Amino acid sequence: MAEGRFPSPFEIETPAGAEGWEELYTYSLPFSEDRRDYEDSVFWFQDGIHWPEVLTPWDATFFEYAIASLSQYNTRHYLIPPALGIDYRVLNGYAYLTPVPVTDPAEIEARVPKFMERAGYYFQNWDRLYENWRHKIDDLANQLRALDFSPLPEVEPMDVITEGRGEGSGMRLQENYRTLLNLALRLWQYHFEFLNLGYAAYLDFFGFCKEAFPNIPDLAIAKMVAGVEVDLFVPDQKLKDLAQAAIDLGVADAFAQDSAAAVIETLEGSDAGRQWLAKWDEAKDPWFNFSNGSGFYHTDEVWLEHLDIPFGYLRNYIDKLRQGVDLSRPIDELRAERDRVVNEYMELLPTDEDKEAFQGKLGLARVVFPYVENHNFWVEHYSHAVIWRKMRELGETFVKEGFFADRDDVFFLKRDEVNEALWDMYSAWAVGTEARGPRYWPRELDRRKGILDTLRAWSPPPALGEPPEVVTEPFTIMLWGITSDSIGMWLGAGEEGGDGGLHGFAASPGVAEGPARVILTADQIGEVQEGEILVAPLTAPSWAPIFNKIQATVTDIGGMMSHAAIVCREYGLPAVTGTAFGTKQIETGQMIRVDGSTGTVTVLD
Amino acid sequence: MNYIVWFDEYRDEHLPIVGGKNRSLGEMTLAGLPVPPGFALTTHAYRQMRDQDADARHEVQDLLARIDLNDAAGLQEIAAKVRQRIEDIPMPAAVDEAIRQAYARLGEVCGDGAIPVAVRSSATAEDLVDASFAGLQDTYLWVSGEDDVVAHVKRCWSSCFTDRAIAYRHEMGHDHDRLLMSVAIQKMIRPKAAGVAFTLNPSDGDRSQVAIDAAWGFGESVVSGEVTPDNFLVDKVIYEIVSRTISPKTIEYRLSEDGRSVEKAEVPEERATAPSLTDDEVKAVAWLARQAERHYGAPQDVEWAIDMDLPDNENVVLLQSRPETVWSQKPRKPVARGQGGLMDGIVSTLLNPVHTRPKAATTEEQGN
Repeated sequence: MAEGRFPSPFEIETPAGAEGWEELYTYSLPFSEDRRDYEDSVFWFQDGIHWPEVLTPWDATFFEYAIASLSQYNTRHYLIPPALGIDYRVLNGYAYLTPVPVTDPAEIEARVPKFMERAGYYFQNWDRLYENWRHKIDDLANQLRALDFSPLPEVEPMDVITEGRGEGSGMRLQENYRTLLNLALRLWQYHFEFLNLGYAAYLDFFGFCKEAFPNIPDLAIAKMVAGVEVDLFVPDQKLKDLAQAAIDLGVADAFAQDSAAAVIETLEGSDAGRQWLAKWDEAKDPWFNFSNGSGFYHTDEVWLEHLDIPFGYLRNYIDKLRQGVDLSRPIDELRAERDRVVNEYMELLPTDEDKEAFQGKLGLARVVFPYVENHNFWVEHYSHAVIWRKMRELGETFVKEGFFADRDDVFFLKRDEVNEALWDMYSAWAVGTEARGPRYWPRELDRRKGILDTLRAWSPPPALGEPPEVVTEPFTIMLWGITSDSIGMWLGAGEEGGDGGLHGFAASPGVAEGPARVILTADQIGEVQEGEILVAPLTAPSWAPIFNKIQATVTDIGGMMSHAAIVCREYGLPAVTGTAFGTKQIETGQMIRVDGSTGTVTVLD
Repeated sequence: MNYIVWFDEYRDEHLPIVGGKNRSLGEMTLAGLPVPPGFALTTHAYRQMRDQDADARHEVQDLLARIDLNDAAGLQEIAAKVRQRIEDIPMPAAVDEAIRQAYARLGEVCGDGAIPVAVRSSATAEDLVDASFAGLQDTYLWVSGEDDVVAHVKRCWSSCFTDRAIAYRHEMGHDHDRLLMSVAIQKMIRPKAAGVAFTLNPSDGDRSQVAIDAAWGFGESVVSGEVTPDNFLVDKVIYEIVSRTISPKTIEYRLSEDGRSVEKAEVPEERATAPSLTDDEVKAVAWLARQAERHYGAPQDVEWAIDMDLPDNENVVLLQSRPETVWSQKPRKPVARGQGGLMDGIVSTLLNPVHTRPKAATTEEQGN
């Protein structure tokens, strides 16, 4: 192992050309002399699972909303005994986190009864509360969809007068934007209403299994808990159904065309084609509000806005079906296999009391786990897609008023700057004069884009500061896959990889050998060929449709419960996650061997 | 007349005509504990031989009637005469035909017309099905070719009349003339690799695992400790290989040139440091050990081999299964220890979290 610490955040220099990057974020986000003593005393890791790339100013909103909401539940709602929140910073545009433990044993002790009362209430009423959660999310998404960001009218319409409304469109624009921000924060409040409790129950069952069977593979535990029917996999299932429908309706040939637009045009020309399109319309909402990334970046491509993605998958599925491949998921068999695994482990336990405890813990883990698996679709994919869409409507209005050249420029403003720009727009409209924005923003946006391009070319260190002797914070291990071992790996593995082997989490079982395909960004996934092994910084659930092309997956980032791991297990694909250096050490075309049972990746040539 | 019963066709009603040894081989095969393949030559064959030559039968009876247990030299002499007389009886044509056909079929399965077999007695008596003659009859190994097999069946039959066997029956009061014998004809294993397996982790007693030691060739090298074997740990529920340690296996016991005996030989380095089992074979051995554990209802210590003559997926054979004795004797520690309700468990988990990373999940290639 190399030296025992990572650079201090204060040793990291700003790359030339990126000076002033701090102003692109909320003033509390960068490391600063004001809190240097504290910031230098703790260990920070880069959150590559959710924010692997540079954050644009507006995209940092979700980073702040998410981590603050997570923290709030640990600290103020449930009083997780040993854990406060996760503190967060941005350095050179990249997201860093540090878990904040409760260190005083007396304070931990004091938090226990409150935690038991509060978390206990949620566990006892989980089904009812979760059902309510789904309604809350639907309601929230509907409110978002209703927001009107259309441009300011030349003159207010007559009914504003006749109905005596007494307020105008400028008010509406500003209010709706504030509402969007409120709903976005509320969305993240909802996101963490259940999540940490879900992980806690899962960890409890996990710990019991490890104590009873010290060598039990992690994925055996995941297999016992995982749901058989999961919302996150519905989009893929819908695509498979639509592929079958295309064949049944005799319109499958249309999908041979490369562009979705051409396919749709062909389909619109026939009755059968229109029938298929009706089925598509029925399936697409909400299910194709599915992002090809983590959903945290405005640049992530959502299927509904990038139809070539789902249509590409459809073409692939149609080919498979025509080759006689069975794409259906044998639900009954999956259930039976899950029951078998559970019964066999239970049978091996020493006492009846143990069997009872095992059943109780498994029962709770299974009650809570659907949330852990499903929330990702409803929040990061569906609701975020709606928010990105609404923000682009707002961006369009700025473009119309000459503030921006492109509607996506809105994401280069901090969230509160959007209020100011709206004020500028409104005020000039109200006064009947010229806004400053059209002269101010193009110049400022150029400057910001230059800074962000510079930062994009910079590689963030995986961690900062002195690592803890042991990582014990349960959620850090669970969500981010940060363990004492992985920290050691970051410190130890330089550019040369030692034995040419990579180690990570044994995330999904099986062994595969094949040529590697290194994919650095989501828009490259079209390059993946049949029989290859996907090597990526991380994968998104929405990449599932290429999973029947590939043999295995290797990711740089992620733990046992990362979305990549969940999806790979679901699709029965060997996977090693959290290798840290996979995309750096492996090149496209190299033959590699992936052992998803032991968590090792070997370059064969 | 039913002269042949294959191990995988064994049924309870065959017991009186196949004897204890064949029953055990048949039952293990049926329980998913594949012993090396083979067949029983039933007592009908012996009876056919005995009854077809009334003169020979009377001669043997006369010889046996003269026995005096206090006269060791005389006993030996009479026993030798009896055996010779039995071996002189021509093999009944129908039996001869049945043996040759069955042997040819075994050869087909193994892809070798002269497949070496072990010929063993599987004794029984008409009213004494469980009569144990263990160790009293000879076993003939590496018998190959149908003529030799037929000849050794006769020797097997005659081996019921060694001086020791005769003396034993005399003491036990069994009638020599009521004796019937079945013969077990079983493929000799020619192992690519072999070893032992425990149906728990011997280092920590984890019952969810099968621990496998494996080396090239016959299992003697592993059992005797002459090589450091490859070691695999396999989860017995989801059959995942949890850890593997590949060691240099510098010697092996293998078949001699003539294919009729076993010799010790050095293993070239490249092969010595290669894994002695494929992943599929590792899982198949684990599965076999698990079946033995289920069959016997307790943790087992199993000897196994990968037979190179048998088709893939059927080539893992069980040689022996004994109860595991170390961990099985210890009282098992309960896991739950009166932890109270679910919430107490969750609090305790949050306060004492476990690492989610498996400890031993690395491949070590220990070349030198």
